[in-house]
Amino acid sequence: MPAARQSRFRGIPGLGSRMFRGPLLFQTPPACAMLSSIFSRLIACLLLCAAVQAHALTAEAARAMASGDTDERIAALQQAIATPDDATLAFIRAMGEDAVKIAGDKAIVMKDDKGYDPVSGAEVPVPDDAEDIVNNNRMRGEFDAALASLQLLSPDVAQRRTAIDALREETDEARLPLIEKALAAEKDVALQARLEAIRARILLAGSDASQRLKAAQYLATSGNPGTRTVLLEQLRNEQDPQVKAAIQAALTAVEGRLQWGEKLAALFTGISLGSILLLVALGLAITYGLMGVINMAHGELMMIGAYATYVMQGVFQRYFPGAFDWYLVAAVPVAFMASALMGAVLERSVIRFLYGRPLETLLATWGISLMLQQLVRTVFGAQNVGVENPAWMSGGVQLMDNLQLPWNRVIIVAFALAVLAGVAFLISKTRLGLFVRGVTQNRPIASCMGVNTARVDTYAFALGSGIAGLAGCALSQVGNVGPDLGQSYIVDSFMVVVLGGVGQLAGTVYAALGLGVLNKFLEGWTGAVLAKIAVLVFIIIFIQKRPQGIFAVKGRTAD
Amino acid sequence: MQRRYSLKALAAVATLAGLSALPAHAQDTIKVGILHSLSGTMAISETVLKDTVLMAIDEINAKGGVLGKKLEPVVVDPASNWPLFAEKTKQLLGQDKVSVIFGCWTSVSRKSVLPVVEEMNGLLFYPVQYEGEELSKNVFYTGAAPNQQAIPAVDYLMSKDGGSAKRWVLLGTDYVYPRTTNKILRAYLKSKGVKDSDIDEKYTPFGHSDYQTIVADIKKFSQGGKTAVVSTINGDSNVPFYKELGNAGLKAKDVPVVAFSVGEEELRGVDTKPLVGHLAAWNYFQSIKSPANTEFIKKWSDYAKAKGIAGHKDKPLTNDPMEATYIGINMWKQAVEKAKSTDVDKVIAAMAGQTFKAPSGIVSKMDEKNHHLHKSVFIGEIKADGQFNVVWKTPGPVKAKPWSPYIEGNDKKKDEPDGKSKL
Repeated sequence: MPAARQSRFRGIPGLGSRMFRGPLLFQTPPACAMLSSIFSRLIACLLLCAAVQAHALTAEAARAMASGDTDERIAALQQAIATPDDATLAFIRAMGEDAVKIAGDKAIVMKDDKGYDPVSGAEVPVPDDAEDIVNNNRMRGEFDAALASLQLLSPDVAQRRTAIDALREETDEARLPLIEKALAAEKDVALQARLEAIRARILLAGSDASQRLKAAQYLATSGNPGTRTVLLEQLRNEQDPQVKAAIQAALTAVEGRLQWGEKLAALFTGISLGSILLLVALGLAITYGLMGVINMAHGELMMIGAYATYVMQGVFQRYFPGAFDWYLVAAVPVAFMASALMGAVLERSVIRFLYGRPLETLLATWGISLMLQQLVRTVFGAQNVGVENPAWMSGGVQLMDNLQLPWNRVIIVAFALAVLAGVAFLISKTRLGLFVRGVTQNRPIASCMGVNTARVDTYAFALGSGIAGLAGCALSQVGNVGPDLGQSYIVDSFMVVVLGGVGQLAGTVYAALGLGVLNKFLEGWTGAVLAKIAVLVFIIIFIQKRPQGIFAVKGRTAD
Repeated sequence: MQRRYSLKALAAVATLAGLSALPAHAQDTIKVGILHSLSGTMAISETVLKDTVLMAIDEINAKGGVLGKKLEPVVVDPASNWPLFAEKTKQLLGQDKVSVIFGCWTSVSRKSVLPVVEEMNGLLFYPVQYEGEELSKNVFYTGAAPNQQAIPAVDYLMSKDGGSAKRWVLLGTDYVYPRTTNKILRAYLKSKGVKDSDIDEKYTPFGHSDYQTIVADIKKFSQGGKTAVVSTINGDSNVPFYKELGNAGLKAKDVPVVAFSVGEEELRGVDTKPLVGHLAAWNYFQSIKSPANTEFIKKWSDYAKAKGIAGHKDKPLTNDPMEATYIGINMWKQAVEKAKSTDVDKVIAAMAGQTFKAPSGIVSKMDEKNHHLHKSVFIGEIKADGQFNVVWKTPGPVKAKPWSPYIEGNDKKKDEPDGKSKL
């Protein structure tokens, strides 16, 4: 393998060692820097010339890269990218995407169910016994690195950026000359800094102690979690005491910087869990908190919202495949309406006969929850159903080197806040909200004033159920959608409402966020199992000391 | 609702069985008990095993049955309720007088059934990979023991192709199977020179759905060197775990996750594109190419279509426990034919050394002594379509070691259950 790697620079003997002097990284006198910069550009030109007379991809080379022992495939790959042509590039890309089949001893590139010859690009028939190539993680990493190193000198900045990103974790000394070359050619300051970081990481494991020292000093300014990995690795192997001290110092500096990201990440996970708790509890804050209905079917109303999302996904898949990414936006009102309708039916048919009889309500709604679960099992099957994240909710936003916030979590936090604002507005500012508050505070007087209390009850219950549906829609993006979905959240939602203080929206918000952050803080400290127990113990103690919750309803309305 | 419904159905079945228990009639069929949860949390995994047994019974009956008699399935629903498993077993053995039971998934349920089958001298075929540390003369284990799944998987991750992992996160659901497996793995890793500080053992409750902290911890831990995650997370918690993994940008080529309880069925509800390259270790994958497997998949798709099995009628999937169930019932049939009787002791004796052409492409053999199958081990990588790409396999079948040598005191234990009658 080393032989294969060197061969990339065949014809330019000693290139690697000369390049070692590196133009930009360490404080070299300006004149010297200029000289070596010119020199390396010259070499870049030479290399480009070499690339022009690239060896064309051959059928044997294609087969050697596509099948056989991993070590041999990597060797063949190294050989091919030493003198690449466009066909090689395309072939490597196809292999990286698993779009290559092997038939006998021939490799066939697959595109839209048709086979193409990797060398000539002509369409070829695909035999029935053609087998997909098998890429393991190591091979996949090699493909990515190979593509990246080919794109490192691309004239397109965006391509160079992806290439540099792909090589970010690189520590292979054989790639050093390439990095140096890219560094010399790079004009973009931000990319230059990233290339220098990669170079320093490679040098850190190198054989020259003075280079290692400089590399360690340079890396001390980094805030990249990968840097910590290489520093730790080298610290274990380092013999030179001076270098060891420098590495130790760099490690401390890097870890200090990383700690911020970690703390922020922990806080965010807490807020994210809090926002989910808020969503699942908000509907209950209305049906239980305001109306006093112990609604054990609350979880199932969430499940209906989640299944409504699933159905919308199916509808978009079938009828509007082009707009599939926006199914979730359409699913939000559908989920709300589906659960709200179900809630209204429940209220009209069962719950309204049971007002003021909490025990019967509890039993009846529990029975309803079982019925709803069975209904869903009958219609959709006992299996969980798959709800995909739309493309804009996959992945995450990189805020710091070690702080990546997943989009689905960020969006759910925003969604929870939006729902909260909507509910707060509805309850405090609208006529319906006024009626709901009036009826819950004093039913007979509200009735005397001409409020149709029965209808207000139905609306309020439907509103609480609809919000449960919205919660279900959000949950479908982070968890499982199955008939048991509601069961796993019902306890949490009651916990939040009771802790926050029954009848208080604000209390629900504080309780949800507080529980979320507390839970995640404990989880980081004691592990998930103990954290769950600790939170329950905390709530039991809290409720004993303060049965009215964080916020008590003051005045005559409290009964 | 489900429970009441099935209770009624059970009552009906029991009454019918009682009516038909006239001596002449009873001779015509051999009763086969099926003890899988059809409701509750485990229904997701177990329902399909019930259908696998029913399919095999249909197939055997179509070929004339066993010893000239037709097989008659007796399906009960223990509803993911561990004590109910024991009760239902009592009913199957005492009331319905079944000749054999196919059932259980979780180790908890098996432990609950075990004293009953031993006391009433029944016969249980258990089709799921498990933690070992058990041998009963009344049970045949057609799933993998730890040395047929966990240890080869770790070996692969340590190899160059697997990524030469140096640090290990052992992540599991908090119950007996993950705890025991991780105990074995920890001892094994130590024997390979891995330090305690390079092993991080973590557990989550059943049904855990918020894996943010865990994934962040894995990310941080992996900064200390090449890390691999061994996941014994069970049930539907896997979906949020893998979703979080994908969103947090933890790629398989950086931190590979090898799972022991994630198969084709569990990936049905997951968007697999971000998971490409993560691994699973099993003794069977649907993607294995062998004539026996092609036939098995075809049988299952036809059966699922004919019976309208939810999910499978549109997208038939097969997995390892289904294969193990299928091997189990076919071996039992062969053993009954060899013993020329359904008498439990005679069948146990006849089971020793039975062979069957397994869908995984090998000839599977029941060990002469220890009641476990010899199995090949496959490591598969998740593909974008939710299937697995086999990247590594053992050269041949591996004999099970139910008493793992990596647990203290096991070296003195016998590789054969006690109390087997010599026939």
